[in-house]
Amino acid sequence: MTHSLRLNSNRRTRLSGFLILTLLVSNLWAQDGDPVKGKSLFNTNCAACHQLDKKMTGPALRNVETRLSETEGLDRTWLYAWIRNSNAVIKSGDSYANKIYAEYNNSAMTAFPQLSDVELNDILAYTAQPKAEPVAVAAAAGAQGGVPNAGQDNNLILLAGLALLFALLAIGLLMVRQTLHRFAVANEVEIPAEKPKSTPLWVAFAQNQFLVLVTAIFLLLASGYFVYGYLMQIGIDQGYEPVQPIHYSHKIHAGDNKIDCNYCHSSARVSKHSGIPSLNICMNCHKSIYEYNGPTTAEYTKEFYDNEIKKLYKAVGWDDTNQAYTGKTQPVKWVRIHNLPDFAYFNHSQHVTVAGIECQTCHGPVQEMEIMSQFAPLTMGWCINCHRETNVKVADNAYYDKIHDELSKKYGVKELTAAQMGGLECGKCHY
Amino acid sequence: MSTSKTYWKNIADLASNPELDPKRHNEFVEHIPVDEFLGDKGTLENSQTSRRDFLKYVGFSTAAATVAACEGPVIKSIPYVVQPESIIPGIANYYATSIANGYDFASVLVKTREGRPILINNNSLDKTGVGANARVNASVLDLYDSQRLKAPQISGAPTSWATFNSEVGQKLSDLSAQLKPIVLLTQTFASPSTAALVNEFVAKFPTTKHVTYDAISQSAALDAFEQRYGKRAMADYDFSKALLIVSIGADFLGDWQGGGFDGGYSKSRIPQNGMMSRHVQFESNMSLSGANADQRVPLKPAHQKQVLAALYAKLKGTSVQTDLPEGVLAIVNQTAKSLQKSGSNAVVVTGLDDADAQALVLEMNTLLESKSFNPNTPLLVRSGNDASINNLVDQMNSGAVGAVIMAGVNPSYTLPNAAAFNDALAKVELTVDFSLKLDETASKVTYLAAAPHYLESWGDVERKAGHYGLMQPTIRPLFDTMQFQDALLSWMGSSVAYYDYLKTYWAANVLNGSEWNQALHDGYFSTETNTVAKEQSVDLSDSLTTLAAAKDEGMVLTLYPKIGMGDGQQANNPWLQEFPDPLTRVTWDNYLTMAISDAKELGLFMESGGTDATGGLNGRYAEISVNGKSVIAPVIIQPGQAKGTVGLALGYGRTAGVKEELQTGVNAYPLYDGFSATQTVSIKAAEGKHEFACVQLHNTLMGRGDIIKETTLEVFNTKSATEWNAMTMVSLDHVETPVDSPDVDLWDEFDRSIGHHFNLSVDLNACTGCGACVIACHAENNVPVVGKEEIRRSRDMHWLRIDRYYSSEDSFVGDDERKDNISGLSDSLSVFGKMEQPSENPQVAFQPIMCQHCNHAPCETVCPVAATSHSKQGQNHMAYNRCVGTRYCANNCPYKVRRFNWFLYNNNDQFDYHMNDDLGRMVINPDVTVRSRGVMEKCSMCIQMTQKTILDAKRDGRVVKTDEFQTACSSACNNGALVFGDINEKTNQIVSKKNDERAYYLLDHIGTKPNVMYQVKVRNTKEV
Repeated sequence: MTHSLRLNSNRRTRLSGFLILTLLVSNLWAQDGDPVKGKSLFNTNCAACHQLDKKMTGPALRNVETRLSETEGLDRTWLYAWIRNSNAVIKSGDSYANKIYAEYNNSAMTAFPQLSDVELNDILAYTAQPKAEPVAVAAAAGAQGGVPNAGQDNNLILLAGLALLFALLAIGLLMVRQTLHRFAVANEVEIPAEKPKSTPLWVAFAQNQFLVLVTAIFLLLASGYFVYGYLMQIGIDQGYEPVQPIHYSHKIHAGDNKIDCNYCHSSARVSKHSGIPSLNICMNCHKSIYEYNGPTTAEYTKEFYDNEIKKLYKAVGWDDTNQAYTGKTQPVKWVRIHNLPDFAYFNHSQHVTVAGIECQTCHGPVQEMEIMSQFAPLTMGWCINCHRETNVKVADNAYYDKIHDELSKKYGVKELTAAQMGGLECGKCHY
Repeated sequence: MSTSKTYWKNIADLASNPELDPKRHNEFVEHIPVDEFLGDKGTLENSQTSRRDFLKYVGFSTAAATVAACEGPVIKSIPYVVQPESIIPGIANYYATSIANGYDFASVLVKTREGRPILINNNSLDKTGVGANARVNASVLDLYDSQRLKAPQISGAPTSWATFNSEVGQKLSDLSAQLKPIVLLTQTFASPSTAALVNEFVAKFPTTKHVTYDAISQSAALDAFEQRYGKRAMADYDFSKALLIVSIGADFLGDWQGGGFDGGYSKSRIPQNGMMSRHVQFESNMSLSGANADQRVPLKPAHQKQVLAALYAKLKGTSVQTDLPEGVLAIVNQTAKSLQKSGSNAVVVTGLDDADAQALVLEMNTLLESKSFNPNTPLLVRSGNDASINNLVDQMNSGAVGAVIMAGVNPSYTLPNAAAFNDALAKVELTVDFSLKLDETASKVTYLAAAPHYLESWGDVERKAGHYGLMQPTIRPLFDTMQFQDALLSWMGSSVAYYDYLKTYWAANVLNGSEWNQALHDGYFSTETNTVAKEQSVDLSDSLTTLAAAKDEGMVLTLYPKIGMGDGQQANNPWLQEFPDPLTRVTWDNYLTMAISDAKELGLFMESGGTDATGGLNGRYAEISVNGKSVIAPVIIQPGQAKGTVGLALGYGRTAGVKEELQTGVNAYPLYDGFSATQTVSIKAAEGKHEFACVQLHNTLMGRGDIIKETTLEVFNTKSATEWNAMTMVSLDHVETPVDSPDVDLWDEFDRSIGHHFNLSVDLNACTGCGACVIACHAENNVPVVGKEEIRRSRDMHWLRIDRYYSSEDSFVGDDERKDNISGLSDSLSVFGKMEQPSENPQVAFQPIMCQHCNHAPCETVCPVAATSHSKQGQNHMAYNRCVGTRYCANNCPYKVRRFNWFLYNNNDQFDYHMNDDLGRMVINPDVTVRSRGVMEKCSMCIQMTQKTILDAKRDGRVVKTDEFQTACSSACNNGALVFGDINEKTNQIVSKKNDERAYYLLDHIGTKPNVMYQVKVRNTKEV
């Protein structure tokens, strides 16, 4: 921007004229396609390997048609052929086809024979779209961020107004008193002298032994209550929200993008550990998601998130520019949030797969947590309570058929709680 | 009120002394060299810090540290960068592999967690293989041995494999060019692919000679078999087909001819359809086999030879002249008659290190047409040749040998003439040793190759002809190791890895078109062979006369391997060191076993049975000399030891590559003269008193026949169970009432008919006392090792013990009768006193005891904090985090199965065993809590395993399969002695055990209602 400002007006006109010309020309070429339909087709078929502005598994596709016709002299027919069956084009001995095949590690592009000319035109129209100005993105972000801020400001103004009002009232009262006093003096009204000094309250209190005793007992009890409360919370890390080496937002992944918890924490289904996903799981998506394009706030900006993705790339040893693994890895040392003592055995699969409990029951609204924190106290009392209240999920589980029939008959209930099934026995969790 | 009294400390103080007066007011009369002690004198003198300041600082820093400690620790979790597909954290993977360490050969299933092998199981797929014994179960700990070699060494300096192999390869080529002999001195691999590889090596370096060496030689058996059948192997025996087993000095339940015969034996010992085998044992040491025998005759080795000769002669219908005592002769005649009667149902075995005796036994089994005897698929697990070893040492000594390459052997320790071998080794130009540790031999070679553990190696093994096992790595090599076969290939200039070599070899020679992956998955591969061993006729008349004329002069020593230690290669394994010997129940030691009468004669007997006031067992030292070589060993009185004989275990006294705490016992190999286990020795008392660590000091049952109920086969077959397994009666209002009646119960019965109800059955007939379960329990439940001193203080931690009892009369029935015939108090005092002493040749009984999981548990009622409680599933729970360590429960337990953590055994330098180093801790089972100091622990009936089985079923949405429930001990038991299961599921094997007429409960008159039951021991005392 600053650079362009320094340009003289004459050159600026020429530049903008050139830009408009380019846009016009590209629009001319792509005018027979619908960029909106194209976008959806692109996302379905192409986005796994291509981005508009970035080299991925395949080349960047912004203005691919223009580029090809300008540099290689290839037209849209060539593109049709390539997209529908790149292998055939390569085999035909086409020089550019072979060049690009070699450039991308001899990995053949998936053939899309099902795409019609119209659809391909739509996709090409989409690729011919000009790049959105970053200013616009920032503005949009600002606009979105503005809403909660405005609410906060309103409150502040309201409070300030109230404070001002009270201040004015107070000043008014003082002034009224002063004026009345003046009137009194002027009218020679006798103002009664102040009352003779009686024993101060605290002395009276100190002299009353009963009151002192009662207060002392009360204070002791109260402090005892608080000390007990303090001691009982030692080792309970409810709300523990440590800073992680990579700012991983569950809100974005599980909330905004609705990724199933078990996609990453897959071992929760079969194992005692829910497991922290290995970095190769992250790369399933982040190989193509190299930047953040969701809503941002002043604290969590796009740069911030992009930087966190870069941290992932560094840890897993992914060279984003060359789209290749370097082999230099740095395992991430996550800070463990949910810590059970060694003498307590907890098995995720028992709760997730067998009981079908939602992750959120114990872990809270993870999909809303920008920073993951410990939701439940994870105390034994908390476990036991749930075991007392929760019915065992017996439907479609042959294991429970016999035992549930017999036990429910014995206890005279329709549904058994985990506790009635033996879920309160010491040795079920402590061995 | 003030007083003018002065107090004085001594005369000098009273009489005023100008020299003392100024010093009197000092706190210390003499100058205390604090400054020197603290180091920098100058700084201290110039320092402004007074003592008060110092205390303030200390106080402040303590307070600060306390405050800082309120912060919880930050725990890091590091996931994989790329998670291997096969690994899910928290889920165990199992791999079938084989152990073949030259001493133990078995097909096993290895449990790994997060890539770490943590437990050895039996490979139940492999029906023809042998199960894992105590040593094999413990072998997983050897993998995590902190003493292991971490890289190859040249002359003691670490080097790379590239340098190592190029140097050795070069030297081999040079030596080969000079036509100097190269010797491969190896263990018995029994590996067909290795044999092929060695042949290729010989082709490449034609001066090579391959010498196999077994530390404990089976040369006699091999020679006899080779002479008769033309193959260097040993006959296979299947004792499950035998109805009469006659063993002359063969401990076939121990390590006789490679071991692994106990599974078959136990099958024949469980009475079925009124039949069970009868077992007659002639031996000098009390062995595991002798302890299990129905009739045991203690004899000197020469007499054993005569017995064999006499039996043979009777079978042949001739007679020989022997000098056997009358009584023995009668037994021999009777046994010979029984043999003839039983015919093909009988089998004779011998463990005598005598080719004549071995040849005679082969002939006898052929004559009997014994069904148990199988020379067609012989055992290949031993192949050493005594003569070639002796020859090799001579050659090396003459300087003729250019290179000695050793693998899997430790001759500097195991050779009787180790010193001569060491001298000879120094004369060899190129010395290479493949070793796990810097052991006695490894420290004497120039090229020391760090070898991988079998759990890190590829390999194959042909345990018996036509029956193959595969060995596969279960973990990436922990250190920079290379296996012998890979090195051989490298020296031959081949770029092939042994894995590929093995695969190619199997495809060409073994698999016969079957899938490699399937064989690898199963861990074994069997081919049906119908080959009948070709017999060569051997003239045995000379053998017969030699044996019949055998004479013993003076004291005879029989060397034997202990169940826990074998040949001594696992000496640095704390589990095995702490494993109580099944017979003496002594841990951390070997000792000279001796008959009480001999000990008294030689002045080696200690009064009061050797126990001192602390309850520890002591013994005198004896000096044992053979041909001028002598060792000093402690003496233990062994009931059943033949008079005029002594026994001493091999495998102890290791010093190199073994932690100091584990350097126990004395090395008996120097006495193994001429590779003969029997030696004529002279014994004299030596100075000093030895402290044993023995876990069982009460040797007899003193007539309490209800603890180990037993009967004879005759009674079992003819009489009703109420006679030989009578219901215990207790008095209720002076009326005899059965103990299982609800009227005599203190507690209300709890309904356990719904859900699972676990029971464990222990068959006293099938249990041989081998102790595989003890080690399996150790490994599964993170049981700590406490060391010799603590064991001596009776603080052993074994959750499962195998009690051994001797009879004080000739039999336990005799004990019971004697007790019942006591009349009056004075009689009872003297008789019970005598009944504490075992008989000279007692009957023996083994009884595995673990927590009995009583339904009405005495321990639960006395716990002040309810740390131990009962579950609906029949298990007695122990919540470690709740336990405050009052030990009331242990005191109230009638079975004495509770164990207290007197110390923090993990992460404690005072207990420097596997749990004290990072490597050794890798064996810990992550599903079981590692107990801390001050808490009680005990058998949990493997609740982690039962819970896992239940969860697996729930997750799959199915019912638990028949006999799916297992505990560590029940799955480790090869003999079918331990059966575990859910008694509420009628198809389970445990239900039939519970309903068996033989089932009884231990100490049931207390009314504890245990969930562990025992099966009455039946002895086959009647001659066939």
